[in-house]
Amino acid sequence: MLLLAVSSSWMPFAEGGEGKVSFNRDIRPILSDRCFHCHGPDEEDRKADLRLDVLDSDGSTLAALSPGNVAESELIRRISSKEIDVVMPPPEAHKKAFSESEIEVFENWIEQGAPYEKFWAFTPVVRPAIPDVENPEWCSNAIDYFVLRKLEENQVAPQEVADRRTLLRRLSLDLTGLPPTREEIGDFLEDESDSAYEDAVDRLLNKPQFGEHQARYWLDLVRFADTNGIHHDHYRDLSPYRQWVIQAFNEGLPYDDFVRFQIAGDLFPDATDDQLIASGFNRLHMIIDRGTMLPEESLARNVIDRVTAVGTAFMGLTVGCAVCHDHKYDPITSKDFYQLYAFFNNLDASAETGGRSGNDFKRGLQPPYIELPSAEQEKFRLEISERRAELNRQIESIKNTLKTLDAAEAGTNEDQARETQLAREEGEAELKQLEDQSKQLRAENDALDLLIPAAMVMRERQEKRPAYLMIRGAYDNLGAQVQRGTPAFLPSLKRVSDGPADRMDLATWLVAPEQPLTARVAVNRFWQQLFGVGIVRTSEDLGAQGEWPSHPDLLDYLASGFIDSGWNVRSLFKQMVMSKAYRQRSDAGPEAFKRDPDNRLIARGSRYRLDAEVIRDQFLYASGLMNAEIGGKSVKPPQPLGLWKSVALPSSYPNQFVADEGDKVYRRSVYTFWKRGMPPPQMTILNAPTREDCTARRERTNTPLQALLLMNETQCMEAARQLAIKSLEVEKEKRIAFLYETITGRVPDESEMNQLVSATEYFESFYRSNPDLAIQLNQNVANVSHESHEVAAWTMLVNTLFNLDITKTRS
Amino acid sequence: MNQTFLDELARRQFLKASGMGLGATALGSLLPQNAVAQAKISKAKHVIFLFMAGAPSQVDLFDHKPDLENQFKQPLPESISNGQRVTAMTRGKEQLVVPTMFKFNRSGESGIWMSELLPHLQKQADRLCIVKSFNTNAINHDPAKTYFCTGSELPGKASMGSWLSYGLGAINKDLPDFIVLNSAFWTGGTRNVQGLYSRLWGSGFLPSQHQGVKFQTNGDPVLFLSNPQGVNAQVRRRMLDAAGALNQKHLDEIGDQEIATTISQQEMAFRMQASVPELTDLSSESQDVMDAYGPEVQKNGSFARNCLLARRMIERGVRFVQLFHRGWDHHSILPKQLRGQTYDVDQPSAALIEDLAARGLLEDTLIVFAGEFGRTVYGQGKLARDDYGRDHHPRCFSGWLAGGGIKGGISYGETDDFSYNVVKNPVAVRDLHATLLHQLGVDHQKLIFPFQGLDQKLTGVEPARVISEILA
Repeated sequence: MLLLAVSSSWMPFAEGGEGKVSFNRDIRPILSDRCFHCHGPDEEDRKADLRLDVLDSDGSTLAALSPGNVAESELIRRISSKEIDVVMPPPEAHKKAFSESEIEVFENWIEQGAPYEKFWAFTPVVRPAIPDVENPEWCSNAIDYFVLRKLEENQVAPQEVADRRTLLRRLSLDLTGLPPTREEIGDFLEDESDSAYEDAVDRLLNKPQFGEHQARYWLDLVRFADTNGIHHDHYRDLSPYRQWVIQAFNEGLPYDDFVRFQIAGDLFPDATDDQLIASGFNRLHMIIDRGTMLPEESLARNVIDRVTAVGTAFMGLTVGCAVCHDHKYDPITSKDFYQLYAFFNNLDASAETGGRSGNDFKRGLQPPYIELPSAEQEKFRLEISERRAELNRQIESIKNTLKTLDAAEAGTNEDQARETQLAREEGEAELKQLEDQSKQLRAENDALDLLIPAAMVMRERQEKRPAYLMIRGAYDNLGAQVQRGTPAFLPSLKRVSDGPADRMDLATWLVAPEQPLTARVAVNRFWQQLFGVGIVRTSEDLGAQGEWPSHPDLLDYLASGFIDSGWNVRSLFKQMVMSKAYRQRSDAGPEAFKRDPDNRLIARGSRYRLDAEVIRDQFLYASGLMNAEIGGKSVKPPQPLGLWKSVALPSSYPNQFVADEGDKVYRRSVYTFWKRGMPPPQMTILNAPTREDCTARRERTNTPLQALLLMNETQCMEAARQLAIKSLEVEKEKRIAFLYETITGRVPDESEMNQLVSATEYFESFYRSNPDLAIQLNQNVANVSHESHEVAAWTMLVNTLFNLDITKTRS
Repeated sequence: MNQTFLDELARRQFLKASGMGLGATALGSLLPQNAVAQAKISKAKHVIFLFMAGAPSQVDLFDHKPDLENQFKQPLPESISNGQRVTAMTRGKEQLVVPTMFKFNRSGESGIWMSELLPHLQKQADRLCIVKSFNTNAINHDPAKTYFCTGSELPGKASMGSWLSYGLGAINKDLPDFIVLNSAFWTGGTRNVQGLYSRLWGSGFLPSQHQGVKFQTNGDPVLFLSNPQGVNAQVRRRMLDAAGALNQKHLDEIGDQEIATTISQQEMAFRMQASVPELTDLSSESQDVMDAYGPEVQKNGSFARNCLLARRMIERGVRFVQLFHRGWDHHSILPKQLRGQTYDVDQPSAALIEDLAARGLLEDTLIVFAGEFGRTVYGQGKLARDDYGRDHHPRCFSGWLAGGGIKGGISYGETDDFSYNVVKNPVAVRDLHATLLHQLGVDHQKLIFPFQGLDQKLTGVEPARVISEILA
């Protein structure tokens, strides 16, 4: 046990079987880190013709060693040598030398016969048996057996179940991204039935906010944004895709369809609007506007971006590494990459965005797209077109009359000529009026177009564009032509359609039961959402350089169950939150946090800072300011002046930020407008990514800039003021408890109460004696029926509570 | 081991304990490097990077080619262009040489050549190392700037300043260690102004506390720095006392050190509310100093004012200051607009060198002046002797370094007769990165961070070298 604790410093916990070395867990990560660069999958950089990532040519063992015989193993001689010319890795490789404990692990492994294992994530998912535990009573579902088994091996006891207030807050934030209301807390505390917790789970899973919250994670993963991201960084609108993602989670679209619609929605026979909108996944990459880059370079960049996204989002692999060379660590060759590329290089559209004229530019659209008018808009559009047709008829008819008059003019007398002249003038006047009307209608039609939602979609060109290897990733240095295909180390591509392989084949391949990656990657990410860290910490990379899973069997158990359930996301969530592992209390004491800071053992409930969006939404929601409308275009809550201007090209559209007005600014953060060149600082300061590339997990830092944001930001203050005013309706003795519970879900104990009472008294007396400051602090509040020093004092109290660590933390 | 190293050690342990995503691998790989870095004598402590976004013309500023005088409107020989990629703007068009209309002078005792557009910098010539052989792969602004600032054309990597923040830590704990200042206007007009992106000073895969803090021209210099109207320091103090007391209580009950971090970051935020306004308040600067930076120093958001602010930041221990001055993308009417741009940067950057030297800070501070690429010797747009434009040119471009242990009064690297290809001593952008890190006592091979299965480095995967020939 000691041995392993030393060897795998990145996973300092024992695994079943004392002293037994596992190739995948203990050996491969070190080989990958120190050796694969020169002795791994990349042929070009391979030294001494030695390969250590697969079995040697006779297939019995790894090269350079003698199973059971440490002394005769060249590998050991090399890694433990003190001579500069002999030692591996060589000093010039700038790799870390093998430590004594690492060498010991290698020696033990060789003594144990050097058993080799194929890389775990590339082998099919097989449902493992549920392990035996000493204390089955603790377990409430299968997850708990896997977790408890590991705890028992490490002689660590789990924590008891968290109190109900903590549990409901945790559950609400995790499933809907919003805290529970005081009423919901009250109901839950009073519910004495055995199914109280499960009922709360079901209730939350079925809220529409569930889909909004889940979609937010997905939008990071697929780099959803409202601008093109390169050069001019112009506006674009993919909001129907966001709405589809929300709806997919809310309606329980099975995850395999969720994948297939996004990769190949446009290729379904008689594809539905939803399937087409989902295929907009292929349009989420950054894209340059016409005129600076060469179109062939832009095309290559777009396709590489698209394929890399498929790798990260669905396969959990860094396939992008193989753009320039064979992957250094995973068996993905450059050819494999360009075979995948060949599925995605056939979009029937320009590789660059169009010019500035016309409605498409203003609407943020690049063909191909589908329009999604409401019934009313459709009707209006029809009306306009009928009126235009009618007008055109009238115009034609007058023009004809005028022509007749011209013809009749010859050989007439003066009276007749005057009459003709009058008729002509009358006709011309009418013509002008009609033409003005026609112009007006055209303008109305354009204005209507601007309002009609539209979704950019994927569409194949008739003629298939050939694909080639790009030597060192250069678009203008092409190698051999490649055909559409999948990497050789994964199951082979099965054809579901006639003709050349297409994205539908690829999509089907991704969700085939024998596909080892897709389910594991998805399950791991959902786990990460609920536990703070994935079972594989590197949720963007399940390849050789990714981390060894903390609970490999649990991951496979969940993945196989996920597939068997018909890829049912909601039931996976339910299974995870129903576990005892999830429900543990998190206040485990300093020793527990020190021993296992990231809670990889799951010996307690996880505790971590909420994401930027959840923190903001929580303030808006608790104060009653939130506008709960679902879907629609992105909105612009206020931000400090001048941010866009300080970076944008002067001719960028739009080049200046203009905040929205009305209650749009109080919509949930998932709808906040995302300019890639300068995303909203309220989000990025709290670790939201720029959405320029795919992000599978956010980091969580704790910085002074975050403290300033939560102390001073406009909407934080507005929410504080709003909630303060609301609290003034509550009788004074109960007010602090009301606020404390509204914001943290807890009731203050005596010492907390004393602190808060004393602070409030201070704020009250301060603002009573500084009335001007009180008025300034209350700035945007009209018709306040309370004394301004009171509003100001309680605003500061809410501001205090908003800045508690427990408020920005899920525990 | 000195105190800095111990601080650093404490900081990393603290980072790890606070769950900031620095895995044990990173921890393990970084500690020895810092030991190495600290053991090595660093030549510089600070960097001021004057980034000329849009790509200034080396042909008109630094790379003196008098023989081109006879080549006006002559086609560029194919032996010179040699199949070089061009942009969409000049593809398929004739490539006719346009010599610069500006005079070059020998400057300083060293006699290095510089354009008449840089009269103040000419006086600093003996402190400058002009590099004429910079080169890059990217031919368009966005990837080229991203490459210059982060070592990769694709977004997602960590910027220069964030690497230094990560690798070396802060000197002044009351100020950010990486600050970005963007000019708010350009005398060359808005026509040739390209976009910037926060990724240019982002932290990419590094923990985000290392990202550059962009100071704003208007409003709070640091976002959300000021208390809301109606809240003064006294009220804020009382509020933080209350929040702090409760946070401390919760820390005792829960045991999560992250709560201790929250408390200390709130306290640092409070201190920044005093230290940042002190930093940006220029009232203590003498008239002579103000005058040295030129008349534009009076305007908020000017390059001149940002140069003066940069000096104040260095004085206060900020590690890395990056100025972005846009407006160099002179595809047309180059002479007029280049006059405007050089008016903006010449006097202030010369004053910055002088000012730092006068305070004994120049030897600790490495100043770099460069754009993302250069401009073509062949013209674009109208081709007159006194009115022309130039397209993007990645194969060679010029910039300069000063201070921070760099030799002054030299020029390094040579280009061919057309300022088109490097013929001697090429300097890739990654070589500049390696040199910059080296001067701060960091081995670019060893400052790494594991991400997406790779040991990420600022200098990337291709070999980079420290340009030892220019080191003092």
